[in-house]
Amino acid sequence: MDLAFTEEEEAFRTEAGAWLAAHVPGSPLPSLETAEGFAAHRAWEAELAAERWSVVNWPARYGGRETGLIGWLVFEEEYWAAGAPGRVGQNGISLLAPTLLDHGTEEQRARVLPPMATGEVVWAQAWSEPEAGSDLASLRSKAVRTDGGWRVSGQKTWSSRAAFADRAFGLFRSDPGAPKPHQGLTYLMFDLRAPGVTVRPIGRLDGKPAFAELFLDEVFVPDRDVIGEPGEGWRIAMSTAGNERGLMLRSPGRFLAAADRLRRLWRQQGSPPSAHDRVADALIGARAYQLFTYAAASRFLEGASLGPESSLNKVFWSEYDIALHETALDLLGDEGESADSDWAEGYVFSLAGPIYAGTNEIQRDIVAERLLGLPKGRR
Amino acid sequence: MRFVLDAGQRAFADSLDAMLTAAGTPSVVREWSRGEHGSGRALWSRIAEAGVFALTVPEEYGGLGAGPVELVVAFVELGRHAVPGPLVETVAATALLLGLDDPGPAERLLPTLTSGESTATLVPQQATFAPSRRPARSPTASRAWDVPPVAAPAESPGTSSTRTSHRPAESTHRTPLLEGQTLPAGARAPGPYALDADMADVRLTTPEPLTAPPGTTDLYLAPAVRAAEVHRSLDPARRLFRLPPGGELLASGPQVAGAAAHALATGRLATAAQALGVGLALLDRTVVHVGQRSQFGVPVGSFQAVKHRLADAKIALEFARAVLFGAALTMAAADVAAAKVTACEAAYTTARTALQLHGAIGYTAEYDLSLWLTKARALRTAWGGPRECRALVLSGGDRRW
Repeated sequence: MDLAFTEEEEAFRTEAGAWLAAHVPGSPLPSLETAEGFAAHRAWEAELAAERWSVVNWPARYGGRETGLIGWLVFEEEYWAAGAPGRVGQNGISLLAPTLLDHGTEEQRARVLPPMATGEVVWAQAWSEPEAGSDLASLRSKAVRTDGGWRVSGQKTWSSRAAFADRAFGLFRSDPGAPKPHQGLTYLMFDLRAPGVTVRPIGRLDGKPAFAELFLDEVFVPDRDVIGEPGEGWRIAMSTAGNERGLMLRSPGRFLAAADRLRRLWRQQGSPPSAHDRVADALIGARAYQLFTYAAASRFLEGASLGPESSLNKVFWSEYDIALHETALDLLGDEGESADSDWAEGYVFSLAGPIYAGTNEIQRDIVAERLLGLPKGRR
Repeated sequence: MRFVLDAGQRAFADSLDAMLTAAGTPSVVREWSRGEHGSGRALWSRIAEAGVFALTVPEEYGGLGAGPVELVVAFVELGRHAVPGPLVETVAATALLLGLDDPGPAERLLPTLTSGESTATLVPQQATFAPSRRPARSPTASRAWDVPPVAAPAESPGTSSTRTSHRPAESTHRTPLLEGQTLPAGARAPGPYALDADMADVRLTTPEPLTAPPGTTDLYLAPAVRAAEVHRSLDPARRLFRLPPGGELLASGPQVAGAAAHALATGRLATAAQALGVGLALLDRTVVHVGQRSQFGVPVGSFQAVKHRLADAKIALEFARAVLFGAALTMAAADVAAAKVTACEAAYTTARTALQLHGAIGYTAEYDLSLWLTKARALRTAWGGPRECRALVLSGGDRRW
């Protein structure tokens, strides 16, 4: 058991830190949940990609550096410590790309991944539906076979980034007669500007269009945009969701940097004793999340399937993120009400954490039933 | 970077677990609580045979030369089985003796501690002062091992307005306590108790107040105490004593301060590990209970309200495990303090959940669950409580967390 990085990893850390120090924008970009901010963040993705920093753990042929999972963790620590902007390509990079790397065809990877790495094509997630949130097996949007592809109809909602994104990925019911609800689903990629697609932005709590509803009316999806075998969508989506995604949805580097900023804020405010314990817990929580992730990454690299363990992760970081931002707003005093700060933006963002990616109630059920072995019951 | 236990470490945990399961610790704990040490002494010998007290002792002293990771592995198991006795204190005493420049005391005392023939207790020195409103009990200056004295408030009775440092010049931990917080000059943190001093063969004490001139701290072998002097703990198996002053001088000078800091980190880490083990045992037992206990025609464990409390306990314990082993690898004071807070809070949260989900059965001394429930609360305070450890985390220098 050790926490030592290899010389190669340390050299990579140094190189990444130096590049970021020279390139991270001097002042924060506008919120990426606005048209202006989206464009600015897209340009930042292109700048990262120009020197292969946007997707460091990917294969080199798609724009990566093949650093592996540990290299990715190292990069993320440097990235957030440098105060670099949030990643507009996150949905595609952390959810779709691992799925394509595991289950896509070579043609799909070569076509989809490079423009994802540069920010030229930004992806939105299209999993949830009005009647299917955490219970994804009750999806109703349909995919019907047609010449050379599928005709897709239905409604998706809470699609993160869809207000400004280019393309989306999601699950569709292709076999309504399948014996079980999670069977007969097909994993598709589609163009948000294709005929038959209507995108209606939804304002989140602060009014910014962080997500959107998608109305799909006989949208044509060619066969080449089906991921894996038709009808196997659930298995494909879940295999990736439970493993690497559990580690890569939120990197420890992000919280280490945020906790460090919180400590600085506390000191700037005169180190009020009233916030002492909460600031200390924010520091400890970031360290805990880092070490837990290192342990999970170590097991993953030894070949273990993380599966339900990613539910421990998700509940922890989502609640941690809110507590950290609440502490910051409280420390700011009267200024804590102002919506024009990075802390306020981060606070609004954090509030969604326990709700999306499978609500924390569902994650706790998974922990209780699959990790502790408690009996299933009515929800 | 490979942050998982290796096969040898896992096998060590499994063998300790098997031995302690066979030993039937609950009856040992109950006898210990009554001051009857026979069965506990016998168990102690078996724990020693398993190598627990030799783990961090160098081979030249008959030890195994292992490290803090193995120590944590062992103490998680000791906590899981609620083993009573001055376990933490004995390994901390060992660390103290090994930290001295003078090898004499170690050569004299370590062999029997390592073999399990003797046991030790000691009064852990505070790494930081807990903010205290206690009146000054001594006119002399107070001092902690790795924290310089802080400026005293002018309004404190009997103080000068500022105090200069009495810490040894070579001290490497110079972070102040809580910014903006002060301790009245002459006050000292409430002295901790010495665990099981009536049965411990070796009773180490660094008599406070730890006064100027710097670096003249003394280490004493304290006189015996009588069983009748016991102070009751919330955990009946933790028998607390005040060590009497005096005794035999073992060592003096700056070496004692450094060794005591080493002992503090070791004791705190082992306590955190023990607390994690306590939490894991409470969770395991509660999961079994709610799977068997039926109400309204279904197992209690099928209710979502029950599941979610247990899921939260599981989450807290698993994250504490990560912090704990991280601390074992770095042994940095702030990491160890973080491990103490995280493991003890997780164990205590789990204890509250365990009690709630057992209902009135859990609220009895007869039921074995009580052996872990009471310990979860007591360990939270032992070897530096949450506030003190959080202060150390906050002052942890320029590291990124």
